[in-house]
Amino acid sequence: MFVIKTVPPSSTQTFADDMPATHRKHQIEIDAMQVDEDEYGAGPSKRTIVTPGEIITSSKEYMRGHGTYVEEVNVVSSVTGTIERVNKLISVKPVRSKYTPEVGDLVIGRIVEVGPQRWRVDANGRQDAVLMLSSVNLPGGVQRRKIESDALKMREFLAEGDLLVAEVQAFFGDGAMSLHTRSLKYGKLRNGQLLTVPPQLIRRLKSHFHHIPPPCGPSGVDIILGLNGFIWVSSGTSQEKREGGEGFDSEGVYSDKNDDITPEGRQAISSVANLIKVLADQGIPLTDTLIEEASNWMNQNQLPIGPLVKNDEQRLLAEVVGVDVTE
Amino acid sequence: MSSSRLEILNDGGLRHDARRPYELRSTSFELSTHPSAEGSSTVTQGLTTVQVSIFGPREPRQRSNASHDRAILSVEVGVVPWAQGAGGKRVRGDKRLQEIGASIRQTFEPVIMTHLYPRSEIAIDVQVLSADGGILPTSINAVTLALISAGISLLDYVTSISIGLHLTQPLLDLSQPEESDLPNMVVASLPTSGKITLAQMETRLHVDRFEEMLNLGVEACKVLKNEMELVVKDKTRKIVDRMEIKSGAAMIVDE
Repeated sequence: MFVIKTVPPSSTQTFADDMPATHRKHQIEIDAMQVDEDEYGAGPSKRTIVTPGEIITSSKEYMRGHGTYVEEVNVVSSVTGTIERVNKLISVKPVRSKYTPEVGDLVIGRIVEVGPQRWRVDANGRQDAVLMLSSVNLPGGVQRRKIESDALKMREFLAEGDLLVAEVQAFFGDGAMSLHTRSLKYGKLRNGQLLTVPPQLIRRLKSHFHHIPPPCGPSGVDIILGLNGFIWVSSGTSQEKREGGEGFDSEGVYSDKNDDITPEGRQAISSVANLIKVLADQGIPLTDTLIEEASNWMNQNQLPIGPLVKNDEQRLLAEVVGVDVTE
Repeated sequence: MSSSRLEILNDGGLRHDARRPYELRSTSFELSTHPSAEGSSTVTQGLTTVQVSIFGPREPRQRSNASHDRAILSVEVGVVPWAQGAGGKRVRGDKRLQEIGASIRQTFEPVIMTHLYPRSEIAIDVQVLSADGGILPTSINAVTLALISAGISLLDYVTSISIGLHLTQPLLDLSQPEESDLPNMVVASLPTSGKITLAQMETRLHVDRFEEMLNLGVEACKVLKNEMELVVKDKTRKIVDRMEIKSGAAMIVDE
């Protein structure tokens, strides 16, 4: 077991985004939950953990939600996780599972197949996602009609193996995701590296695009936190370019060529990637503020280039996150 | 090694490895032992070690196999070359392993709630790292833990054990020398309800002894489940605590 020794230094941290779900609920709802709090405490450290086959309660009083099933008169858990309750609906949230998409989620995916009018995208879901030709922006005009010649050139825009950032638009009948990239923020990814972490570690934030400014590399480092557990760490770009303003290269959106990245820029990318790996290996939820704090910590401590040695890892976790992993 | 001269039960009522008849071998259960699989586990029972990795639910590798209303299971079983030692008996080709794979698939198909994962595939990769009898029961135990760590919906744990018969004395959790000498069976059951999902025999057994052995196996499965649950809850508690690190800090700031 680990012990939380100290509260992390909270100089610049804002916690608005990572409140527990209960804090975001409507006041009436919270009151309603507190009326019968006695059985399942909602306090953070007191959460009840259940494993498959464990009887949660009688189904006469409660409705069953995800992660449960009904056997005879009982609601029984089917996964290992924590009990979540909204009024009379009982569900079990698994601690680790495949990504469960919701409409509006930002995801990162890899093209696996180019098909008629559509791409199939591996977005770490239960099935491959679909990106329709009609839900991408093509070069030369945002609202251009897709013509037959575009369908023939699909592989020039996105070929097998290309990575892209997109948003979940809708679901098909069988639960497969349909994606869209109809924003200048979305599209093909280049100039960086992909990381895979458990999807539970990434929470829904106000923005999943984050920029760590210099001194972290000559032009900073951009991070995209995909809700499906894919993280893209790339060389930093200026604000205008990111948001499609002055100097936005609409023709270069589907470019396959990486920009020239200086050795210092590459080091910055990989050191941020290393930080994220260290945090993810310890099962710590990732937020933009946490990653930036960790990156600042790296700069302050003037650590040697390369992956963190174990000692530094432990210091990082203790000083930035407040977790003792020395055992 | 002349197993024919092996004394199954000595005068003191102990087995060749100094266990009593109903005593299980020492067990160890580990979760998340594979870095990139969705769920994984390593289970050691005595000198038998099995590692299982679960990939999925994911898009089926062969789309022709996909089923429109449920997930399909694909089980691969492998034995590492050094699993049985230099002088040990070789596992007979692919046939034997395929059979174990099929048994595992049949055991878990009714237990995994496959209808929740339509048009997808759950790939179960079983690697036997060292073999000393009871490959199938140990693999089933390891698959259960790996499925749990992958967050896949199950009706219940599935635990499994081998039971042998020496004269009229049933023996639990057989090691390799016992397994080759005694008539034996493998039982897998859902411990909470006591339902049996697998009862497999490759040897002949007197029908009068069958029920006793089956009941004994079901009881042993419950014991194994309790051991597993301790490990699973402990591990889950750690993950949950880590997941709440930031919200814990946020609450202190709130006050």
